[in-house]
Amino acid sequence: MDTSIHTSEAMVRRRAKRRAAERRFRAYGATAVALAIAALGALFASIIGNGYTAFQQTYIELEITYDPETLGLGEARDAAALSAANYPGVVKKAMRETFPEVTGRRAKRRLYGIVSSGASFILRERVLADPGLVGETRRVWVPADDDVDMLVKGHIDRDAPEAERRVKDDQIAWITRLERAGRIEKRFNTTFFTAGDSREPELAGVRGAAAGSFFTLLVTLALSFPIGVAAAVYLEEFAPTNRLTDLIEVNINNLAAVPSIIFGLLGLAVFINFFGLPRSAPLVGGLVLTLMTLPTIIIASRAALKSVPPSIREAALGMGASKMQTITHHVLPLAMPGMLTGTIIGMAQALGETAPLLMIGMVAFIVDVPGGLLDPSTALPVQIFLWADSPERAFIERTSAAIMVLLAFLITMNALAVVLRRRFERRW
Amino acid sequence: MKRTLVLAAAAAALAGQAQARDYISIVGSSTVYPFATVVAEQFGKTTDFKTPTIESTGSGGGLKLFCAGIGVEHPDVANASRRIKKSEIEKCARNGVNDVVEVKIGYDGIVFANSRKAGPVRISREQIFLALAKEVPDPNGGETLVPNPYMKWSDVDASLPGTGIEVLGPPPTSGTRDAFVELALEGGCKKIGWIKAMRKTDKKRYKAICHTVREDGAYVEAGENDNLIVQKLDANPAAFGVFGYSFLDQNSDKLQGGVVDGVAPTFENIADQSYPVSRPLYFYVKKAHVGAIPGMTEYLAEFTSEKAWGPEGYLADKGMIPMPDAERKTFSGDVKSLSNLNLAAN
Repeated sequence: MDTSIHTSEAMVRRRAKRRAAERRFRAYGATAVALAIAALGALFASIIGNGYTAFQQTYIELEITYDPETLGLGEARDAAALSAANYPGVVKKAMRETFPEVTGRRAKRRLYGIVSSGASFILRERVLADPGLVGETRRVWVPADDDVDMLVKGHIDRDAPEAERRVKDDQIAWITRLERAGRIEKRFNTTFFTAGDSREPELAGVRGAAAGSFFTLLVTLALSFPIGVAAAVYLEEFAPTNRLTDLIEVNINNLAAVPSIIFGLLGLAVFINFFGLPRSAPLVGGLVLTLMTLPTIIIASRAALKSVPPSIREAALGMGASKMQTITHHVLPLAMPGMLTGTIIGMAQALGETAPLLMIGMVAFIVDVPGGLLDPSTALPVQIFLWADSPERAFIERTSAAIMVLLAFLITMNALAVVLRRRFERRW
Repeated sequence: MKRTLVLAAAAAALAGQAQARDYISIVGSSTVYPFATVVAEQFGKTTDFKTPTIESTGSGGGLKLFCAGIGVEHPDVANASRRIKKSEIEKCARNGVNDVVEVKIGYDGIVFANSRKAGPVRISREQIFLALAKEVPDPNGGETLVPNPYMKWSDVDASLPGTGIEVLGPPPTSGTRDAFVELALEGGCKKIGWIKAMRKTDKKRYKAICHTVREDGAYVEAGENDNLIVQKLDANPAAFGVFGYSFLDQNSDKLQGGVVDGVAPTFENIADQSYPVSRPLYFYVKKAHVGAIPGMTEYLAEFTSEKAWGPEGYLADKGMIPMPDAERKTFSGDVKSLSNLNLAAN
């Protein structure tokens, strides 16, 4: 029998044990990654599974007669009269003509309820764009009511007892007839991307919230990036190490961990109450989020500056460059990828933030799409929050769809960060 | 460079602030929010005025902002799911907000619902109190209180299901919770003679008994999001939920409302006030802003029109319970004449 120390029985057993331990160790790591991927997969599956139907909307084809009498126009054809004309009346008349057998007040109300209240706004826009339509008859596709939309998409069970669903038996019969006649169609939901918020799910869109987020982040980026980088450069390259700078460093690290609602309270007290800036404005939102993201950017930028090897600085100084030239020509370009990463992480945080916006009035119902820094607006995560809290069934899928839009923005931002980083890294 | 640009923009913003606001600013209750937003949207789309902005801050938070003063930086209208308090009126007056118009807009029923997968339930307010209060009268008799011993509904009353007590409801910050406690719990509490007698002798103790919800896990604070409660009830047929009528109305295929004191939570029963757990909804208007902010008069007219708050109006479609004809007439008259709020009335 071989008595070598490496092949002794005790050694063989120990080695087997060590290898088993290593396999287990690797398995723990792999399990952790698998768990994370599974969680992410479940999240995406649930969001996409709930939300993909929101990108389609049910439309109904109506034969609309722009009858001046029903519109209440008489002989008037000026813009003011056309703007105030009775378009809901025209829609109702078209519905009555499609189903002439419907009588009785309640039944008629149910019939009118099939079409979205937004239909009259569509007709109004068309007539205002082309006053020649008055007196003509046109086939127009108008959005269906959210309950009908849910029924057509299969979110409402047609076989449930009538008392237990929002779409009644006669309404289902009318819808079935329209479906047979090919006058109901699911189309791509452009409204979702072009409209602001609405209380009617079929008319609601994310454009207002997206524009609000854009203006808010514009202010945040324009302020926090230069200020953050300047602060980091000063602290890292110029500031002496003493009690004061230690204190500043501790404070910056502390601020990074402060709950974001505190920044909202600060914004309310300083920007709105003291400076008198308007509530619900992206400018104030951007200022508050700047305060929130600054610590993140400063910390990341300082780490990036620290990772630039001192030999670079020494070589530059040795060649006769001034301190400023050393920093702007050599240190900053090398540190830029790290700084950009920090900024993008900060921006992504800011994009997903709702708590501080609550205090400054950006958690609000705002229909008009904001056109500037001072118009009242909300932000994407706020829109998701507001829709998630709405009673209408159709807002459930729209909530998920809005989450998808937000995720798309985040992925785009991160991809941009990676691309920018690669660019800078190739130069050095 | 960028910084100077932004500073310039900020300076321009400060200068621009001196100009008047051209949209109505509304704050307040999250219960009134789904109704006020519908009116605001309708108003924005059918007139040339901008759509009002509506913040969901809760009744208390909204009235605080509302009472902060007169001027474009303060909101014009506050929605509330309860009446304004005397202390709030005093605060308003201290900040120069003296003339306030009160408008009652309708009612909201609070339902006690469960999943359709379970059987329907008939319950009395007294049973709700016994099941959910922190301290209840000793089941063995006598006028003493014991920590709530009931674990199953059938322990409270043999007619109730034999499942564990599990109620999902809003947290104390919510107006819905306040109303539920006041109307259902206190309503049931009052039915017990010796506790009712205590109201005269020791009001504080009476309130503590009737208003304190048990904290041993039987009442689950499910957050302000009523949709979450709806989903949880759908997943757990043994649980009950407390939320506003509009959510029951929208989810009638999944949920059924419990019959309270023999009355089912239907539109008609809440409207004629036979359903015991319902509360009025209000909004308050700053008189000084009418005329100063464009569109105020027209917004008020839209809200108080029959096509909005009437029995066949679009607010009823959204689940708000309209007021009786006479009451609607009174309040729309108040709005037209901008009569001042009088707390002593009704």
